[in-house]
Amino acid sequence: MTVPTPTLAVRVLRMPKRLRGRGIVFASLAVLAVVTLAAILAPWVAPYDPDAVDFTAFYAPPSPAHWLGTDSLGRDLLSRIVWGGRTALLGPLLVVTFSTALGILLGLVAGWRGGWIDAVLGRVFDVLFAFPSLLIAMMAVALFGKGLVAPVIAMSISYAPFVARLTRSLVAAERTRPYVAAYRVQGFGGAWIALRRVLPNIAPIVGAQSTLNFGYVLAELAGLSFLGLGVQPPTADWGAMINEAQGGIAAGQFLPAIAPAVVVVLVVVAVNIVGEDLSDRIGGEIPA
Amino acid sequence: MSTLRRVAGKLGGLLLTLFLASLLVFFSRFLVPGDPVRFLLRGRKPSPEAIADITAQYGLDLPPWEQYVRWIAGVLHGDFGRSLQFRQSVTTVLGDRLPVTLMLVVMAGAIIAVAGLVGGAIAALNKGRAVDRGILISLTVLGAIPSFVGSIVLIAVFSVQLGWFPSFGSGSGFWDMAYHLVLPSIALAIVFIVLVGKVTRSAMVEQLNREHVEVATSRGVTRLAVIRRHVLRNSLGPILTVSGVLVAGLIVASSIVEQAFGLAGIGSLLVGSVDRLDFPVVQAIVLLVVTAFVVVNAIIDILEPWIDPRSAAGAGAR
Repeated sequence: MTVPTPTLAVRVLRMPKRLRGRGIVFASLAVLAVVTLAAILAPWVAPYDPDAVDFTAFYAPPSPAHWLGTDSLGRDLLSRIVWGGRTALLGPLLVVTFSTALGILLGLVAGWRGGWIDAVLGRVFDVLFAFPSLLIAMMAVALFGKGLVAPVIAMSISYAPFVARLTRSLVAAERTRPYVAAYRVQGFGGAWIALRRVLPNIAPIVGAQSTLNFGYVLAELAGLSFLGLGVQPPTADWGAMINEAQGGIAAGQFLPAIAPAVVVVLVVVAVNIVGEDLSDRIGGEIPA
Repeated sequence: MSTLRRVAGKLGGLLLTLFLASLLVFFSRFLVPGDPVRFLLRGRKPSPEAIADITAQYGLDLPPWEQYVRWIAGVLHGDFGRSLQFRQSVTTVLGDRLPVTLMLVVMAGAIIAVAGLVGGAIAALNKGRAVDRGILISLTVLGAIPSFVGSIVLIAVFSVQLGWFPSFGSGSGFWDMAYHLVLPSIALAIVFIVLVGKVTRSAMVEQLNREHVEVATSRGVTRLAVIRRHVLRNSLGPILTVSGVLVAGLIVASSIVEQAFGLAGIGSLLVGSVDRLDFPVVQAIVLLVVTAFVVVNAIIDILEPWIDPRSAAGAGAR
């Protein structure tokens, strides 16, 4: 008895129908799609080399040649924003991936095994919760140097407890459900039930939480680059661009700072709206 | 009796968390491979005096556990060692920077509390109407404005364009400082308003649907009194809990705001110390922020039964 599962293509085609009347969610998905595609296809879609200095066009205003104008070194802002999406999006993607994997693993162990393992992990999470993720990221930079590597690893560890605590509570609730007992009676092993039957049931709720985390991480990593501790200039990165453009603000040159800032806000808003919509549709409540 | 035991239990948990956090802060240095002297003196001339100085300060010739004991004993006496960039005791450096950050965090906290409570309350009282939707959307958008974005926009508009507020420095004297910190505190507050606003709204919506509110209303208690005495009062628990979580986030986010506005506070000191490889200062600030977070949350935890007697009754019944 096989129920035909719709292929990915069919599901994507059906999307617009389900999204009707959800204008904001659709717009958010569109923003994320455009920004992601632009970052992936940067070499082909960016009108200029992001690092090409043009000594004849410092702070050029927006024009048909430079849609968003240029910065203090005459570099094309639009091209820098397109390229900047690469580091700005890759960092959060890695953090969310690692923290979700680590969090699910620890949460499964804590929730499934319970007992002293649960108690010890709970205490470890409590300690980690006391370290705000931006603080852990800064400490990692102090230890291992500037760039994206140390902060990404540090923030993966710092976000894992949020995923783990959610997973733990879901698993602990799930463990008492009749279907788990039914599998046990049939002689299935605990690890098999946990991974193949319980995990798929809780995955959507954890996924919604991780989507929301993506927005927070993006803002924090951009902040770190803004502080000059993350991605280093002259590399095009949204946070680093705002950092470089700070000097121009006093001189009334707002666009080089405001343009990447607007993109950061747009992406974070879009991620939050999509994440909240996901959790609404799943119907699971995400503890704040 | 049970109160005493509960408070003692919470205090024990607090001390354990602080102890584990201090281990993490201290032993993080051991994750860096290689010679600790070279790590601590990165970017500086490893003169014999400097090497002797840093070895003595950290007790680098001792076994790791003794190094920790030395360090934590110093910390408990308010001695965080010496700053490598200022050549002063870390405690002195921190003391100079504390007032700006304290004032910044207090002002931002006040903005968050007022905007979050008022916005959340208005949304809850108009649940499902256009006002509610408008507030929820505004909160979501505000929550997506990181403090560095808020800082540059506020500087561009209110400082450069309109010239109403200064964009740099913290001024001198109390009122001048407050004036200098208006834009920074707004920039710091923006992203956190959504948390308080949404918690207030959902807590009040839950209370508004409860029977005791209906009973009070039907007995002719005025709307305002019902909201103040029965709805807001009962919603305080979750609001306070979320406020506790905000504390550490505020202090850390203040590093971004202080950097943007050129304020000499703890946050910009942290950034500068990470940048200038001044590890003793970094350790001290990390430990302070974590302690502030743990202590504030423990206080809220301990006070909860007095603020919200139902939680104590619930605990007793269990």
